[in-house]
Amino acid sequence: MNLKSIAEIEKEIVEDFALFDSWEDKYEYIIELGKKLAVLEDEHKIDENKIKGCQSTVWLAASLEDGVVVFKADSDAVIVKGLISMLIKVLSGQTPEEILDAKMNFIAEIGMMTHLAQTRSNGLLSMIKQMKNYALAYKMMKDNKEADHG
Amino acid sequence: MKMMVTDIRQQFPILGRIVKGKPLVYFDNAATSQKPQSVIDALSHYYSHYNANIHRGIHTLAEEATHAYEAVRFAVKAFVGAAEVEEIIFTRGTTEGINLVAYTWGRQNIGTGDEIIISGMEHHSNIVPWQIVCEEKNAVLKVIPVKDNGELDLDAYKGLLSTKTKLVSIVHVSNSLGTVNPVKEMIFAAHEVGAKVLVDGAQSAVHLDIDVQDMDCDFFAFSGHKVYGPTGIGALYGKKELLENMPVFQGGGEMIREVTFEKTTYNDLPYKYEAGTPNIADTIALKAALDFIKATGKESIRKHEAELLAYATAQLQAIPGLTIIGQAGNKVSLVSFVIDGVHPQDMGVLLDNMGIAVRTGHHCTQPLMKRFGIPGTIRASFAVYNQKEEIDVLVAGLHKAIKMLT
Repeated sequence: MNLKSIAEIEKEIVEDFALFDSWEDKYEYIIELGKKLAVLEDEHKIDENKIKGCQSTVWLAASLEDGVVVFKADSDAVIVKGLISMLIKVLSGQTPEEILDAKMNFIAEIGMMTHLAQTRSNGLLSMIKQMKNYALAYKMMKDNKEADHG
Repeated sequence: MKMMVTDIRQQFPILGRIVKGKPLVYFDNAATSQKPQSVIDALSHYYSHYNANIHRGIHTLAEEATHAYEAVRFAVKAFVGAAEVEEIIFTRGTTEGINLVAYTWGRQNIGTGDEIIISGMEHHSNIVPWQIVCEEKNAVLKVIPVKDNGELDLDAYKGLLSTKTKLVSIVHVSNSLGTVNPVKEMIFAAHEVGAKVLVDGAQSAVHLDIDVQDMDCDFFAFSGHKVYGPTGIGALYGKKELLENMPVFQGGGEMIREVTFEKTTYNDLPYKYEAGTPNIADTIALKAALDFIKATGKESIRKHEAELLAYATAQLQAIPGLTIIGQAGNKVSLVSFVIDGVHPQDMGVLLDNMGIAVRTGHHCTQPLMKRFGIPGTIRASFAVYNQKEEIDVLVAGLHKAIKMLT
């Protein structure tokens, strides 16, 4: 369970990035985040967890723990890994409903919109979509359970 | 006379662009080349002065547009060295040219148990159309292996050829490695067993002198946008006797002689394969691109690009941890490489922030990447307007990015 809301975490990231005045600093920070991203166990690095992107391989695993969604991920490209690390920071530990409502405006605000471009070169957009898909699936599971009990 | 690169550069307005605060270094020419002002002007002039549908109009604009459009066919005929102008079919590009042959000649001439030979360095667009034909006709796709240095194993190729071989469809120049394949020799060997040969000229047309009669290929396909022309236009050369006997590709206007509900008869070459209103503007502008190449001189272009290749190869090889993928003896001006501990995509992102455009990834040749055991490469591909100073910018950029990433 993440005690901070999605909006609060997004705001923190935007504030962090405001400190950088060059693209080098910005990318060095993202690369550092990538290198520090928690290891994804090999058991999760399976084809079903692969996100379809053209150039780098991205794995995403999710689980529902105490009503919140926990995400883990990895990539063979370190900048992608750094971006994933931020997505995880924002969305992991939040409820399915909050994840579904998340606007993810911080990506544009920190100047990383190019990584969301609809080119085949990166999987960030598909990554967010997949995270929301997990949230939707968990929400439906929960709704069905509540309906059964009601 | 020595070609002046600064004069050439002035003809390409896009080269003055600032990207991410730095002067653009454009090394993605194998994906698409930039366009000289004359090509841009030809497009604009067509739409501003004589835009009309061609071939059947009897008014002045239609006549002017038809005349300009058909003049391009003669320019392409000269560009590839074809014997007759009827042998030039306009297409959307190389991919459509290959598909045209696959869907017409392929469907008519490939049968159960027949074999089609391609190579291990083909672009997906010279793999997939043949897989489709093979599946439909229960034919077999055979692949010429690629050697470690990025050349084709010609002994293996000769071993694959047999009377079962109906077609060899081979890339002239590899888009991922830069290798120039000895197509003339390969075509001769294929003809010995009675097979036809298609040459994928997507990468070769801009760098090499093309002479389809000397090569003796049966089909040759290329794209306009890789020869300084517009996107959406290309050409397919085919030997006349083959084109005459092949079934039609698409049905519609332009390609017919007479239509009744009972029976339609088809138009003569080349119109038989050009259904519908063609891409008139881009076709006309393609001529401006071919004129640019002619005026600059292919020999001058070749010399300049060979210098760039030699310089880039030496500079890049000096970078610790960098390995050039594709070290064939005969290469066009393109260098593909990998760097220890660096994912190509990460490198592409950082170079972009320095205003340097390269291509990273598998370059639509996934089987070739698999053969070399790599996810992809970083590819710098050069054109007539590139300069040594730009290679220095790339090398400095690579050093900087490697430091950031490792």
